[in-house]
Amino acid sequence: MSFTNLMLTVLVISALYFIAGQRVARALRSNNAGKLHSLPHYHGVWAAVTSALPALFVLLTILIGKDLLFQFWARDYFPEDVMNGDTVDRAIALAKVSNVINGISFGEVEPWVQAAGDAWIRWDANAIVVANSLVLAVSLVGGLLGYRRINLAFRSRNYVERILTWMLIGSSLVAILTTIGIVLSVLFESIRFFKLIPPQDFLFGLEWNPQFEGAERAGSGGGTATYGMVPMFVGTFLISAIALTVAIPIGLFSAIYLAEYATPRIRGIVKPLLEILAGVPTVVYGFFAALTVAPFVKSVGESMGLEVASESALAAGLVMGVMIIPFISSLSDDVINAVPQSLRDAAYGLGSTRSEAVRQVVLPAALPGIVAAVILAVSRAVGETMIVVMAAGLAANLSFNPLDAVTTVTSQIVTILVGDQEFESAKTLSAFALALMLIITTLALNYFALQIVKKYREQYD
Amino acid sequence: MTDRTYQRLDPQQAAERVKASINLRKRKETRFLWLGKTAVAIALGFLVLLFAGILSKGIPGLFQYYVTLDVRLDARQLDPSGQMTVESLAGGDFDGAILTSLYEALGNPEGRKEKREARRLISSGSSQRLMNYVLDNPEQLESMVSIQFAVDDDVDTFLRGLISRETPEADRRISDQLIGYIDALEAEGRISYEISDYLFFGSASRDAEMAGIRGALVGSILTLLVCIVIAFPLGVATAVYLEEMAPKNRLTEIIEININNLAAVPSVVFGIMGLAIFIVAFGMPRSIPLVGGIVLALMTLPTIIISSRAAIRAVPPSIRDAALGVGASKMQTIMHHVLPLAMPGMLTGTIIGMAQALGETAPLLMIGMVAFIVDVPGGVTDPGTVLPVQIFMWADFAERMFVQKTSAAIIVLLAFLISMNAAAILLRKKLERRW
Repeated sequence: MSFTNLMLTVLVISALYFIAGQRVARALRSNNAGKLHSLPHYHGVWAAVTSALPALFVLLTILIGKDLLFQFWARDYFPEDVMNGDTVDRAIALAKVSNVINGISFGEVEPWVQAAGDAWIRWDANAIVVANSLVLAVSLVGGLLGYRRINLAFRSRNYVERILTWMLIGSSLVAILTTIGIVLSVLFESIRFFKLIPPQDFLFGLEWNPQFEGAERAGSGGGTATYGMVPMFVGTFLISAIALTVAIPIGLFSAIYLAEYATPRIRGIVKPLLEILAGVPTVVYGFFAALTVAPFVKSVGESMGLEVASESALAAGLVMGVMIIPFISSLSDDVINAVPQSLRDAAYGLGSTRSEAVRQVVLPAALPGIVAAVILAVSRAVGETMIVVMAAGLAANLSFNPLDAVTTVTSQIVTILVGDQEFESAKTLSAFALALMLIITTLALNYFALQIVKKYREQYD
Repeated sequence: MTDRTYQRLDPQQAAERVKASINLRKRKETRFLWLGKTAVAIALGFLVLLFAGILSKGIPGLFQYYVTLDVRLDARQLDPSGQMTVESLAGGDFDGAILTSLYEALGNPEGRKEKREARRLISSGSSQRLMNYVLDNPEQLESMVSIQFAVDDDVDTFLRGLISRETPEADRRISDQLIGYIDALEAEGRISYEISDYLFFGSASRDAEMAGIRGALVGSILTLLVCIVIAFPLGVATAVYLEEMAPKNRLTEIIEININNLAAVPSVVFGIMGLAIFIVAFGMPRSIPLVGGIVLALMTLPTIIISSRAAIRAVPPSIRDAALGVGASKMQTIMHHVLPLAMPGMLTGTIIGMAQALGETAPLLMIGMVAFIVDVPGGVTDPGTVLPVQIFMWADFAERMFVQKTSAAIIVLLAFLISMNAAAILLRKKLERRW
């Protein structure tokens, strides 16, 4: 049986145990021998769980463990020079073996590779037999043990609920595991990168030229690979700044209009329309930026006698600004609405006009929230990927001119990691270091926004 | 403020001052109102511009030009071994049959140059199309049938008027000779403009006229399936635990901080995690919907958890008290009463999370779903791509017809997103309860 079928079989067995457990509990109840502690279906679930849980655990262990074990065993077949080589050589050797296993052949296969592949196939066949017998035995015996415990006084509901609680706790730990996964995956590769490239060169270097790496390694000259992240961060913040100059005024004034002036009807129409802008996939914005906005910016700039790159920061920034308008407007809208009506009424009572009340009373009261919204928008803009990949170009120019082509952290990450990469090269690893910086930046921005809201929040009630 | 002394004005003076300033203040008020209106108008203007841009290019992209040819289905030519199977048909000369009828329609041009130009008229996928036709209609062998073949993408672009006749011949991609042929076919009424079947049923192709979104659409659906199967139970379970059972302790606090942080992590970072963990460390294959779905599930998890928690919080405590009062256990209260009542809100949040996942591109680029794959994926472990990534790939191709195809694919994607969001809104309206 394949592993999928095995899993299905386990589920079928546990379903049978459910029926059996429920039936025996019902029989106990109808014997009038006494009062059943738990409802019959809890007994059924108990029997099913004792059958399925250990069996699935064993199955999963075998599934994950077998390849690791086989990789270890396969080393016995590797010749001396591979074992004495570095990790790359061993990875190549393993790849060759896995090609043999999958029946892919590129010309002549070395005898030891063939031997290892044949052995692997043999082990795999054995593993399936072992897994089948072990898993089925565990599921049958486990279910039987659970089933035998069912009697009148057996507290199956309590046990089932306890298992359920642990499953809920397990689910909520996934969030933590994800964070750990993100941090570890980025951190380890970054540490390897910093072993190759000194951190100060990366953090303060003004030049970004990873493409020379191959030439450097081959010793053919033609330039040195440099890994300075400053141009990318300047590009990122240039584009974000352009985006914010578009989004802050439009978003903020829209929010003020919607919260303070608009009738409920207009509000009911305009607000969802603005939120459509937030729901449009970023790849669509990227397409729009590259195809429509960038040529437009270029032609307008050239008609004014300016030199505009065809992938200018301005075009990407403008479109990104449009993307974050709803972000700023709906967050600010919430904050403005949270300012109590009594403050406005007091302002009107002193004879102020609506705009005076907004400018001198409502906005100051809402300011911390608005600042937080803007910071969150910055973090959104910094992490935004597709628009810059499609519209901002790849040239790592250190430039503050919005008409130049610049590149960003995210677009470099994508460029480096799309396609095949070798995991030992500094170029690939640099993407992880960039990602680490990106995470630190966005989390710092979010933390900052949270602190502002916490510190300056006015308590009105 | 305290060290300034104000001279008391007499009421008359004060009234005059107010009067003098009132016009200015009114003007300021109007200006402020107009600023707000302009901002809303600009934002909506962008929306209109975006959609107009996409629709104006995308709606023509849903159609393409076909040329109708009368093909003689000669059994000996098309199926030399006569078994009518895919293998035996592969030996047939479909190109020959099509070209014969094409030359016939063009008045049998002489000379190699003329014939070469004529061949450039129809799509290179035409023989495949004829083969499929024969497979579907074996009874029509040995008869004359008229079949619509797609025209080549350059010809299509010309027919749309995007290549001008006035351009010097050397500067455009089609020759005067070819234009003459097109005119002749058009005069005969053989050229038609119809809904593109390649767009919806074709797979990835470098030839713009044959490129379609079917593979990407299937890939998107598979990826979303994996995503929802993982994210929905996990999200709901987490929300239930945090809202109903979690004690106020350090662990709970850490989980909550984690969820908020995850919501703030840029999507591309989830892709990097997927690459480093699932592909490099676990050795899973690249480009498969399974890995894509897992990555998207982890990405949408915070959205689902946050909205599910809101939905659970909206269930009034009296419900719980009543259930506990008649002897239900904590778990029974949650499973039988709180969860069913919170379900509409949870589903709404899940649909919105799925819409977000459907439009996501960057993390899927990281795990290699950007590969050029012609086959339609048959399962979650077959390599495939998804709609937004397909759009990204097409946007990079130089052929002009791809601009329309890309826009058409965007229209399809937006249609899915809008209907998902509309479903969420409807669900909320229909099932929402006020307590």
